[in-house]
Amino acid sequence: MKIVLKNLTKKFPNRNKKQGGDVIAVNNFDFEIPDGKLVGLLGPSGCGKSTTLNLISGLEKPTEGQIFFGEDDVTSLPAQNRGVGLVFQSYALYPHLTVFKNIRFPLENLKGENKLTKEEMEKRVKEAASLVQIDELLDRKPSELSGGQQQRVAIARALVKSPRVLLLDEPLSNLDARLRLQTREEIRRIQRKTSITTIFVTHDQDEAMSICDLIVVMKAGEMMQMGKPQEVYDDPVNLFVARFLGTPPINVFEGSIKDGGLYIGEDRVLEIKTDDNKSGDVYVAVRPEGFILDPDGPLKCELGRLEVMGRDVSIVSKHGSLISESGTIRSIVNADNNVDLGLSHVSFSLKPHKVYAFDKETEERIRFESNNG
Amino acid sequence: MVKQSQIKAWLYLLPAILFLGAFMIYPLFDVFVYSFEEGYNFASQSYFGTGSYNYAYVLRDPYFIAALKNTFIIVIITVPLSTIIALLISLGLSSIKPLKDLFQTVYFLPYVTNTLAVGLVFMILFKKTAYSDGLVNMFINFFGGQSVDFITGPYWAKMFVMCFYTIWVVLPFKILILTSALASVPKVYYSAAEVDGTSSVDMFFKITLPMISPMVFYLVITGFIGAFKAYSDEVALFGTDLNSAGMNTIVGYIYDMLYGNSGGYPSYASAAAIILFAIVLTITVINLMVSRKTSIR
Repeated sequence: MKIVLKNLTKKFPNRNKKQGGDVIAVNNFDFEIPDGKLVGLLGPSGCGKSTTLNLISGLEKPTEGQIFFGEDDVTSLPAQNRGVGLVFQSYALYPHLTVFKNIRFPLENLKGENKLTKEEMEKRVKEAASLVQIDELLDRKPSELSGGQQQRVAIARALVKSPRVLLLDEPLSNLDARLRLQTREEIRRIQRKTSITTIFVTHDQDEAMSICDLIVVMKAGEMMQMGKPQEVYDDPVNLFVARFLGTPPINVFEGSIKDGGLYIGEDRVLEIKTDDNKSGDVYVAVRPEGFILDPDGPLKCELGRLEVMGRDVSIVSKHGSLISESGTIRSIVNADNNVDLGLSHVSFSLKPHKVYAFDKETEERIRFESNNG
Repeated sequence: MVKQSQIKAWLYLLPAILFLGAFMIYPLFDVFVYSFEEGYNFASQSYFGTGSYNYAYVLRDPYFIAALKNTFIIVIITVPLSTIIALLISLGLSSIKPLKDLFQTVYFLPYVTNTLAVGLVFMILFKKTAYSDGLVNMFINFFGGQSVDFITGPYWAKMFVMCFYTIWVVLPFKILILTSALASVPKVYYSAAEVDGTSSVDMFFKITLPMISPMVFYLVITGFIGAFKAYSDEVALFGTDLNSAGMNTIVGYIYDMLYGNSGGYPSYASAAAIILFAIVLTITVINLMVSRKTSIR
C-alpha cells in the first residue's frame, strides 16, 4: 500500500494565548511513500515527526491537505477504519491484561463480517506472537517483561489485524544501546517478512540510516529532503541535513569562494568551478572521512589528540574557522597512517566529494565541480 | 551493627507504640474482656460472672436487631449507589473542558460544609413544619401526589431520606478520588484503543475500569467501613432518640447502651461493639480478597 501525502498541514492553536496565532506542526507536506518500503521520518525533537505519524494514523485531523492509502482518500476516515497498526513510544500495553489478551485486543473490536471466532482469534494471536518470537511469553503480564519483550508485544499487537500500514513512533527510544541494535534488526526483519509499508519515527539518525529504505529529514514541520539513506548522506540539500546526518557529525567551517577556489579561512582547500561563477562567503562542511593526511595538504590544523578505534583513527584537531559546536575537528583516517603527536600541527588535503559548500544566508547547498580530481 | 540500628529503630517507634498501645490496643483488648463479663459496673469495677450471656442478650434484643437491619440496609444501598454515582459524575467531569473547575468545586462543597448547615438544607427539603410540608412534598403535590412525612412518617420514607443523605454526604470525597484516578490513566491507552476501533463502552469497561480499580476498591472498602459505623448522620436527621424513631444503627445502639436513657450497660455495649467489629472485619477481608483477585499484578 503506497501512502501519498498531499499539501498536508497541521496547525495547533497556540497554548500561550497572549502570543495568539497558531503553531504549525506540519507545514505543507508533499510526498509519496512507495508500497512495501520501510521509511524513516527523521528530525530533531519537536519537528513534527510524531504529528505527521498521528495524521497518517488518523488520531489527528489535518488542517489542510489530503492523505491517500493507495488510491483511497482516507483524510476524513476515522483511525479505526484506516487499517493502521500503531506502535507507541511507551508501547501502551494494557497493564491489566496478559500478553495474549493484549495482542488479541484489536481483534475483539472487529465487527460485522470481519468478526472472528475465538479459535480464529487465537490462531491469529499465535501467528503474530511467533512472528515477533514471543511464543513463550503469552501468559505473562506486561510488567513481567523486559523493555525489548514489551516492544515485541507492542509490534505483535499492531500486526495482528494485518494492517495496511504499520506506524512506529520512536520504537527504540526506551531500550538500552545493545537492545536497540538488536531490535532495529528485528523491525527490519519483520518488515521484510510481512512487506507492510512501514513508517518509523526517530530522532536517531543512526537508527534511520541503518534500517530504512528511505529517509525523510524534517525540520520545524517542513520536509528538508527525502531519499535513500546513502544518497541523502552523500548529497545533502542544505546545511541542516548535512549536520543532522552522520556520526561523528560533519565539520562546519567559515569559508569563502573566490578566484575559482574554495577557502576554509585563509586555506585554499579545493580548486572548484560553480555554475554561475559564484563568489563570496560560504559555509564549508567536511565529512570526517573526507580528510586525507597529507604533509603538503592545504588545510593546516592545530593537532589535539588521537582516538584509536582499531580499524580507524580519529584525529581531533582545531582550526580557527571551525564553527561546529564541539569546537574540534574530527577526522577519521585509516589506522595505517602514522600521526606524529610530537608535531603541533597536522595538514590535510580533502576528498572533494566529501566537501560541501552552503550559502551563508539560506544555508542551501552551493554545488560545485572540483578540479582536484 | 545490626543490633544497634535495631535499637535505634525501636527507639524511634517507641512514642507511637506507647500511645497506640495505651489508647488503641489496650482499650480494644479491654472491650473484648468486658464483652464476656456480665453486668460490669464502671463505678464499682465489679461484675457478676463471665460467659457469653452479653452476646446472647444483645442478639435477642429487638432494638439491636432493628439497628442491625437498619445498618445493613444503609450499607447495601448507599455503598454501591454512591460509588456508581460518583463514578458517573467523575466521568462527566473528566470529559468536559469548560466550567470543569466550577463543577468540581460545586461537587466538593458538601465535604467542607458544616453538618449543621447540611442538616438545615435537609430540613428545608424534607421536614414538615407548621408553615410548609418541605420542598420535596411541594414537588410531590405539584404532580398530584400526597404529602409524605419523611422525618416522622413511615419507615420507608425515613430510610429513603437516610440513604439520600448518606449518599449525598459521601459523594464529594469519592468524586475527588475518582476524578484524580481517571486523570492518572495515561491518554496513550485511549489512543491505542482508538486506532484499534474500540467503542467507548468497551474502552470504559476494558481499559478505564480495570485501570482505576484499585481506587474503586479503596472507596468500596472505606465506604463499607464508614457505612457500618453510621451514627452521627442519623442523629442529625432524626434526633438522639433513634430507637423510638426506629432508625437506630449498631453504633447508635452501642452509644445508647453506654450513655443513653437506658444507659449504664458497658457489657452489652462491648458485646455489640465486638459483633460490629466482627462484621466489618469479615466484609473487609472479603473485599480485599476480591480486589487481590482482580488487581493489575
